Amino acid sequence: MTIVPLGDSAVLARVVAPPEEAARVLRSWIHALDAQRLPGVLDLVPSYATLAIFYDPAYVARERPGSPFETVRHWAEERIRAAVRSDAQEPRTFMIPVCYGGEFGPDLPELAQRAGLAEDEFTARHAGVDYEVRAVGFTPGFPYLAGLPPELGAPRRATPRVSVPAGSVAIGGAQSGIYSLTTPGGWNVIGRTPWRLFAPEAHPPALLRIGDRVRFQPMPAEAFASLEAGPLGRNPEPLA
Amino acid sequence: MNVLRVHHPGLLTTVQDLGRPFVRRYGVPTGGAMDKFALRVANLLVGNDEGAAGLECALLGPDISFAQDTWVAVTGALVPGAPRVRPKKIPAGEVLSIRSFLAGCRVYVAVAGGIMVPPVLGSGSTYTRGRFGGFKGRTLRARDELPLGPAMANVKDAEHWYIDEDFGPHYSGHADARFVPGPQWGSFGEHAQARFLNTTYRVSPQSDRMGVRLHGAAIERSDKTELTSEPVAEGAIQVPPDGQSIVLAADCQTIGGYPQVGHVITVDLPVIAQLRPGDTVRFRECTLDDAHGLLLRREAAFAKLRAGLATKTK
Repeated sequence: MTIVPLGDSAVLARVVAPPEEAARVLRSWIHALDAQRLPGVLDLVPSYATLAIFYDPAYVARERPGSPFETVRHWAEERIRAAVRSDAQEPRTFMIPVCYGGEFGPDLPELAQRAGLAEDEFTARHAGVDYEVRAVGFTPGFPYLAGLPPELGAPRRATPRVSVPAGSVAIGGAQSGIYSLTTPGGWNVIGRTPWRLFAPEAHPPALLRIGDRVRFQPMPAEAFASLEAGPLGRNPEPLA
Repeated sequence: MNVLRVHHPGLLTTVQDLGRPFVRRYGVPTGGAMDKFALRVANLLVGNDEGAAGLECALLGPDISFAQDTWVAVTGALVPGAPRVRPKKIPAGEVLSIRSFLAGCRVYVAVAGGIMVPPVLGSGSTYTRGRFGGFKGRTLRARDELPLGPAMANVKDAEHWYIDEDFGPHYSGHADARFVPGPQWGSFGEHAQARFLNTTYRVSPQSDRMGVRLHGAAIERSDKTELTSEPVAEGAIQVPPDGQSIVLAADCQTIGGYPQVGHVITVDLPVIAQLRPGDTVRFRECTLDDAHGLLLRREAAFAKLRAGLATKTK
């Protein structure tokens, strides 16, 4: 486990573990670091096999003499050593409704053809596996999902779309993801969920975190408007 | 209650404070003023808490007026006619016109009492991509009316407040930015490193609050192993496939997969924030210890400024 500077106001710790265990390890580290916070540490941000610790160097230096980097590193190493894998709570599983294809999945025909599958078979395979959230970023609440059947993978679009509606379920490279905000985007859109992935007024504001399991539940397109908006509630403005 | 009226919004004016540093784990950028130094100074000059919400105005400033007589400080980019070192009392109804800048990219306007916006995720900063925070999650428009907080009692002394001319960076058409080389610096190889350090980069018009994009000699890593996405920090100098570096700014994504040269030091983020399209920048290496030393010296200077302003009562 190495800890290196990430500029003058953050450090980066790297997990040494197989990819399928990294999320659980990182969750246990976050649990241990949050349990005994060093004054001056602002946030902990995991992604795949790394964890960034953001700190305020002036604050840290006021509390303890010496290099703020060394103070943070020393504290993080001690806390990570004390981390117990079982402290990371059991992974949560979310069954996320999705309407595949049609107006909700403009890239589905192209991706199905690329994979040599009928659209029905493509979406059945997409919905037939459990995904694991490996990172949250790109936009608030956006989950990077590992576990996509390899034959369904497709490169990002050469020209990103100017606007991808929030809730869009997409494939980028070997990963799947769900757009959490309406933004420009280059992933291939195959469906849409009415669930909100991010709500700034909610606590916490993001639905998913690393280590969560996601399973997609196909729903008929006609039902979209009447489907629940999920644990974070309905978007106060129309998804557009 | 005092109100700020927008007559002309300028090009890109948003309400910003010092951001929301505690929610990056949810994918929410810290955000806040791109030039946090300038906002802090402006706030101190009108008796506010350093982190009070003010206006960030990029490239072309707004025309604004107030319902009551209001103390205002304008810092950051150089505005003709606006004093940078002391606050100014604007009579009720009079239009303060900020418009074009002589140098620098972003002006900060602090008003005594601060701008009152409902906090979102602990901050009054505007995140336009998410359409939340600040004033209705968007840039300001003509006819917007922003409620202002009550001025602090000590603002009666504001006419005596000022900062030294040389307190803080001076903004011109060129910046020398110091950076701490990152873990991937070695993977660029000596030639690319030398090219990076010897190039005068030009700021692209495609720059914004997510990142300052640079044109110049392309660089690439000699070791091209693919990288998975890792958490990124503001100030990171990213190199996408076209070899044209981007310095990540306040609203940048929280994770990214491009290789990084290193990080611009926090003390030099304001000079990056003040680069206009067409301005130039050169980079030079800085050690982590020196970066921290500069940062601590700056905080000591702010402490001294706060104490000094408190004594300037006549």
